[in-house]
Amino acid sequence: MSLDKATVAKIAHLARIKVPDSDLEQLAGELNTIMHWVEMLGEVDTQNVEPMTSVVAANLRRRPDAVTDGGYPEKVVANATDATENFFSVPKVVE
Amino acid sequence: MTKLTHLTMADALAGLAAKEFTAVELTQAHLDAMAAAQELNAFIIETPDVALKQAAESDARYAKGEQRALDGLPLGIKDLFCTEGVQTTAASHILDGFVPPYESTVTSQLFRDGAVMLGKLNLDEFAMGSANITSHYGPVISPWSPKDAAGNFTRKLVPGGSSGGSAAAVAARLALGATGTDTGGSIRQPASFVGIVGIKPTYGRCSRWGIVAFASSLDQAGPMTRTVKDAALMLRSMAGYDPKDSTSIDLPVPDYAAALTGDIRGLRVGIPKEYRVDGMPAEIEKLWQQGIEWLKAAGATPVEISLPHTKYALPAYYIVAPAEASSNLARYDGVRFGLRVEGKDLKEMYENTRAEGFGAEVKRRIMIGTYVLSAGYYDAYYLKAQKVRARIAEDFTKAYEQCDVILTPTAPSAAFGIGEKMDDPIAMYLNDVFTVPANLAGLPGLSVPAGLSGEGLPLGLQVLGRPFDEATVLKVGHVIEQAAGPQPLPPLVS
Repeated sequence: MSLDKATVAKIAHLARIKVPDSDLEQLAGELNTIMHWVEMLGEVDTQNVEPMTSVVAANLRRRPDAVTDGGYPEKVVANATDATENFFSVPKVVE
Repeated sequence: MTKLTHLTMADALAGLAAKEFTAVELTQAHLDAMAAAQELNAFIIETPDVALKQAAESDARYAKGEQRALDGLPLGIKDLFCTEGVQTTAASHILDGFVPPYESTVTSQLFRDGAVMLGKLNLDEFAMGSANITSHYGPVISPWSPKDAAGNFTRKLVPGGSSGGSAAAVAARLALGATGTDTGGSIRQPASFVGIVGIKPTYGRCSRWGIVAFASSLDQAGPMTRTVKDAALMLRSMAGYDPKDSTSIDLPVPDYAAALTGDIRGLRVGIPKEYRVDGMPAEIEKLWQQGIEWLKAAGATPVEISLPHTKYALPAYYIVAPAEASSNLARYDGVRFGLRVEGKDLKEMYENTRAEGFGAEVKRRIMIGTYVLSAGYYDAYYLKAQKVRARIAEDFTKAYEQCDVILTPTAPSAAFGIGEKMDDPIAMYLNDVFTVPANLAGLPGLSVPAGLSGEGLPLGLQVLGRPFDEATVLKVGHVIEQAAGPQPLPPLVS
C-alpha cells in the first residue's frame, strides 16, 4: 500500500510536526520509498516467534520505594525558555 | 621525538609517568592542533578552559604519584553525552542553549579516571546518519580529503557517521581518543572510513544514563582510538554497572588490555556466507580474504557459517529504530529545554517548535516511527520487525555454537564524497548493512584498520563476539592490527 498526502498529513499531526501542504507530496514519496523497501520483512516466517523487545534477558531490578534524588527545582527548570517560580510555563490550555 | 599529538594513549601515559612532558603540555599541543584544523568542523564546541584545568589537576596527581588509569589524556566527547555545565546539542537546532545540570555516567567515569575533555564533537543530528551530513552545525570533513597544490579541497570526503566528529578528530590527531555511540554502526563505520579503531560493546556494558537517547534498545557507547590497546584501556573506564540505567548489566569489567596476548591458536572464526552481498567491490572481498589469512597464520581456524536472516536486518532496523526514536524525541516540545517557537496555542507551539528544530532526516524518521506505531499498523510493521529481530538474534546464537568470533568487512565501501548518495535515503542506509545486525542482537563489534582501497582510502574489518566477550573481540582485533602493520597518516596530518 502507498501513503497518500492525507495520510502523511495525519502522521505529521500525530508527530506534532508542522508540515506545509507544499511539502506533503515530496515527503509522501520519500516515506513510500522506505515503506516499500521494508515490505520484504513479509518474506520472513515469524510463526510462533516471540517479538524481541530487549536483548537483555534479565528482569528489571527492584529497589526500596524511597526518595533517592531531588530537592533542586531550580536545576530542573534551569533550561526552560519560560520558567516562573520553579514552574514550566506554557500557553494557556483551558479557556 | 614523536609529536605529542601523535602518541598512542598507552605511550602518553608512559611519558606522563616518566615526567617526559606534563599533562598541560600534552593538552596544549592538542588545543593547538585543534586550532589549526578548524576546516574539518570536527568540534561543535571546544572547551580549552575545562581541558587546561583538568590537565593541571592531573599534573598535581602525577607530582604526588597518585595518577589514575587515564590521567592527563586529552579526549574528545561526542556531543551526545550530557556534560555538566557544558552545552550539549546532539547536533540539533532543537537543543539550542541546553546546558545539562548533570554529567553522563560514561563521561563521569572517564573524568574519575583522570581524562581531560578537549571539547564536544560534531555528529549527525541525534546520531541519525552515516556520513555526518545531517548535523545542524554543518558536515564534518574527513582528514583523508585530497587537496590541490594551493591547499584547496579537490573532494570533501565524509568521515562516516554518526560519530563523524569523533572519527575525524582521532584520525587527524586532534585528540588521543574520543567517545562514540553506536545504534546501527555509528562507531564502527566511521572508524573504518578514517582508519581508526572503534568498538561497540555488548548492549548493557556501558551505561546509557545521560546520553541523549536515539533508539534505547540499540544504543551503546564505546571508545574510538588509534590502536586496539587504547580502545581496551578506554573501554575499561567507560564500562561498568550503573543502577541509573535499568538495562545496565552487573558484571565485572575485565582488564581488557591484559587480554591482548596475540594468542588466538585454536580460535574458531566464523565467516558468514550471507555477507558476500551483491555489488560488493572486489577490493572489500580481497581485504576480507586477507583478514582470514592473517588469522589463519596466527593459528585460528576459519569456519563457514550461515546467518540466514542477514538481508532482513536493515529493514527491521529501519522500523525498530525510528519507532523508538519517535517515542524518545517526543520530549522535545519547547517546554522544558531547548528551542521554543511560539504558536497561537500549546499544540501549535509544539508543531512549530518541532518543525523548526528538527532537520529533514530526523523528521523523516520520527514520521516513519509514528506511522509504524500508529493504530492499525502496529502489528503489521512494528510487531513484525520485532519478530524478525528475534530471528536475527537466533541466527547469531546458532552461529556461536560453531565459532567463537565472526569476521566481516565493516562497511561495503570506502568513504565517499559529501553530497554523494544523497538522492536516495536507502542508498545511505546500506552503509550499515554489515554493522546493524550486531545492534539488533546486542553483540559486541570492533572495527580495526586493515588496509587501503585502490584510491588510497582506509578500509576496516569487523570482529563480532559473544555477549560480554569484548576481551576476545579485542584480542582478535589486535592480531589483525599487528598483521596489517603500521597504517599511513591521513594526507591532512603532518
